[in-house]
Amino acid sequence: MRMISFIWQFGEVALAVAIAPLFAGWIAQCRAWMQNRSAPPLTLPYRVLGKLFRKDAALATDASGLFRTTPYILFGTMVLAAAIIPSLATDLPFARAADAIALIGLFATARVFLSLAAMDVGTPFGSMGARREMMIGFLAEPALLMVLFNAFLLYRTTALPSLVDGYATHHQGMDPSVIFAAVAFLMVLLAENGRIPIDNPATHLELTMIHEAMLLEYSARHLALVEWASSLKLLNYACIGFALFVPWGIATHGAMPGLDGAAMLLIAILALGVKLVFSGALLALIESLSAKLRLFRAPEYLATAFLVAVLGLLAHLLLGANVHG
Amino acid sequence: MEVFVEQGELMQQGADLPSNVECRRLCVDREQWLQTVQTLSSSAARLLSLWGADDRDRDGCFRIYAAWLLPASVLVLEHPIDDGGLGAATAPSYPGLARFFPSARRMQRALHDLLGVVAEEQERDERGWLRHGGWPDNLYPLRRDADGHQSYPVVSAAYPFVTVQGDGVHEIAVGPVHAGTIEPGHFRFSVVGEKMLRLEERLGYTHKGVARRFQELTQLEGHRLAARLSGDSAVAFSWAYCAALESVTTTPCPGRATLLRALALEHERMANHLGDIGAIGNDAGFAFGFTQFSRLKEDLLRANRSVFGARYLMDYVLPGGVAADLPQNAHSTLLNVYRDLEAGVLAMRAIYGEHAGLRDRLHETGRLGREIAEQMGALGLPARASGVACDLRADHPWAPYDKLLQKLSDKAPLWPITHPDGDVAARVQVRFDELLQCLELCRVLLEEISSPALSGPAQRSVQAALPAAAPYRLGMGLIEGWRGPVMVALETGTDGAIRRCHAHDSSWQNWPLLEYAILGNIVPDFPLINKSFNLSYSGQDG
Repeated sequence: MRMISFIWQFGEVALAVAIAPLFAGWIAQCRAWMQNRSAPPLTLPYRVLGKLFRKDAALATDASGLFRTTPYILFGTMVLAAAIIPSLATDLPFARAADAIALIGLFATARVFLSLAAMDVGTPFGSMGARREMMIGFLAEPALLMVLFNAFLLYRTTALPSLVDGYATHHQGMDPSVIFAAVAFLMVLLAENGRIPIDNPATHLELTMIHEAMLLEYSARHLALVEWASSLKLLNYACIGFALFVPWGIATHGAMPGLDGAAMLLIAILALGVKLVFSGALLALIESLSAKLRLFRAPEYLATAFLVAVLGLLAHLLLGANVHG
Repeated sequence: MEVFVEQGELMQQGADLPSNVECRRLCVDREQWLQTVQTLSSSAARLLSLWGADDRDRDGCFRIYAAWLLPASVLVLEHPIDDGGLGAATAPSYPGLARFFPSARRMQRALHDLLGVVAEEQERDERGWLRHGGWPDNLYPLRRDADGHQSYPVVSAAYPFVTVQGDGVHEIAVGPVHAGTIEPGHFRFSVVGEKMLRLEERLGYTHKGVARRFQELTQLEGHRLAARLSGDSAVAFSWAYCAALESVTTTPCPGRATLLRALALEHERMANHLGDIGAIGNDAGFAFGFTQFSRLKEDLLRANRSVFGARYLMDYVLPGGVAADLPQNAHSTLLNVYRDLEAGVLAMRAIYGEHAGLRDRLHETGRLGREIAEQMGALGLPARASGVACDLRADHPWAPYDKLLQKLSDKAPLWPITHPDGDVAARVQVRFDELLQCLELCRVLLEEISSPALSGPAQRSVQAALPAAAPYRLGMGLIEGWRGPVMVALETGTDGAIRRCHAHDSSWQNWPLLEYAILGNIVPDFPLINKSFNLSYSGQDG
C-alpha cells in the first residue's frame, strides 16, 4: 500500500469526524424550517461541543472506570467505523479491514459499552434507557443483516468496498430488491440513531427517553465525546446507506482511469456533500411528519423493517435473479 | 337534633352566604356534621373544598369549613371545634370526610399541616402533605399565634411511599427536579418492566404560604396575590377573589366590567388550551403541532397585550371591576384575531384527527373511566373528558354567563362539552371543542360590550368603588377557570384587613385521578398522560 493511500485514509476519517456535527446541525436546521421555526445556526453543534470541552466534568460518586472510559471507547469505535466505511474511496487501507457484518458488530460493541456505563451509576433512568436501547438494538440488528444479505445476493460480497466496486463495474439498472432494502435500511437507521419515530432526541421528558436517558449522568468532555460519537454514528449510517444504494461518485478501484487521484477525490467529496444535504433534508422531513411511536410499537416497527428486507430477498430471487444469473 | 334526609331540606336550613353563585351556609355541631356528610355522600354532591380557620382569639374555637357543589347551589358547612384548652394533650379534631369523599384525603393532610387540626379517620395518613420539613413539627402557620416571619433550617423528614411487592417489581423515582424546566413534583412509580403498577404522587414543593400571606394584606390588595397563586389561571383566581369581596360588600360589579371579565376569562381559557394541545403533540413527538400551537397562542397573547394591557392578563381583574376598558380599535382587532385563530384551530384539528401516528399515541392512553371520575369527585376538564357533565358556567351560572347561554349561536356546541372516552384523545378533543366554543362566546361578548345599552357615559364605567366591609363576614367566589372550578373563600377582618382567605384549585381533586389514569399504561406514556391533565402544582401547593 502506497503512502498516499494512508494520507487519503487519514483525510477521509478526519473529514468524517469534522463534518459529523455539521450533518447533525443541518438536520436540526431542516427540521426547524419544516416546522415553521427559525432555525438554529449550522454551527450550533460545534459551539455546544466547544462549550462542553471547556467545562469541568462532574462524575457520580458511584461511577467506576467503565463509566469514565466509555466515552473514549464510543468515540474510538465510531472513528474506526468511519475508517472502514468507504465514504470517499474504496481503495483505502482500512476499507477492507472488515466487512459490513463486522461493522455491525462494531456498532454493537459501542452499544454494549454505553448500556453498561448507563447502568454503572445505578440511576433508574440509566438502566431504563439501557434496557430499552438493548431491546431496540437486538431487533434492529437482524433487520440490518437482512439488508446486507440483499446486497450480498446482488454482488456476492458483504465487504462494502467490493459492493461499491461491484456496483460501478456491472451496473445494469435498478434491481427491485434494492428498493425494499433501502426502505428497510432507512427504518433501521432511524431506530439505531435514536430518531423519531423510535426515540426523540429533542425531548426533555426523562421517562420517554432511550438514548438520552443513558447520557443523563454525563457532563462536560465526556458528554461532548458521547454526543460527537452519536453524530458520527449517524453520519456513518448515512455513509453505509450511500455505499449500499447510491454509490455514485465514490472513487472506485480502477475506475475513471483518465482522472488522477486528486480529481477523483474532489468529485467524491462533492458527491458526498450533495448526498448528505439531501439525506439530511429527507431525515428531517420524516421526523417532522411522524409522531413518536408508543415504545411497545417499536418491535412491530422493526419487525416491519425486517419483513421489508426479507421481501427484498424474495423479490430478488423471483424477479431479479435471472438478470444477474 | 334534626336528621337531614332530603337535600332540598338541607338547603332550606342555614343562611345565605354572600357569593356570585347560589350559596348557603350551615353551622353544624359534630353530630350534624356527620349526618350531613353522610347525606351528601349519597347524593350527587361533589366536594369542592375543605379548609379551616383559627378563631380562638374570638370565641376559643377552630372552625372547619367544607364546601360542596350541589346540582343547583353550593353548600358550605361550618363546624366549630373546641381546641381542648391550652396545652391539651390531644390535637383538636373533627370527623374526617375521606371515607365518603376520597378527594378530601389530601386536603385533610394539608389542613393538619397548616392548622394542626386532625381528621378522625379509621386509618389516618399521618404523613405531611404540604409540610416538607420547612418548619418545626409543633408550629402551625395558620394559627394566629404563629409568627410567619421567622425562618427555620430545613429538616428533610422521611416520607415512606407505599411499596409494591412482587417478582420483578421495582420503583422509579422521578422529580421533583426534572430534566426539563417544569414545575416540581415527585412521582414514585412501581413498575414491572415498562408497565406501571402503581403511581404515588408527592406534591407540596411549591408551597409558598399563600394563605398566611393573605392575612397580611388588605382586602383591596388580595386580588394580586390570588392572581399569582397559579399564574396560568390569573383571571380565574383574581375574579373569584373579587367576586367574594364584592359579595361581602354587596357591591355589584358594573355590567360592562362583568362582560370584560368574562372576555378575559375566555381568553385565558383559549391561551391555555392552545398551549396544552401543542404540548401534548410535542410529548407525542409531534413537534410540528407544538410549533403551530405555540404560534397561535403567541398571536392570542399579543392580542391580549394590545387589548387588555397584559399578555397573561395579570391584574386585569380588580376589586369592583377591571383595570381598563377596551381601547378604541379593540373590536375589529379581536374579530380579526378570532377569525385567524378559528382557521388555525380548525386546520390543526383536522391534522390531529387524521395523523395516524398521533392517533395511535393518544387513543386508549391514560383512560379514566367515568365511574372512577365520579367516585373520586373529579372536577373541570378531566371530568368532562370522562363523560361527567360539569361546568360552573352551565350548572351555576353567574353574571354574565347567566344570560349568555341563549345567545350562543347554533355554530358553537353548548356547554358543558363532554366526551365519553376519558383517554388522552378525549381530553384533547374536549380542548378543541372548548376552543371553538370560546371563540363563539367571545364574539357574543364583544357584541354585548359594544351594544348601545352599554355605550352611554354612565355605562362605560368599568370599576365601582368598594365600601369598607363589615368585619368577620364570609364571602365566596366561584369561577370556572380553564382547569375547572376555582374557589376563593374570604373572611373579612377589621379595618379592611383579610382575616382568612382560602383559595382552592380543582387540581386538588384531579391530581389523585392521575394515579388511576396511568394504571396499565407503560412508563414512557406517563408524560403524555400527565400533560393531558396538565394540573397545577402551584395552585395545589398554595
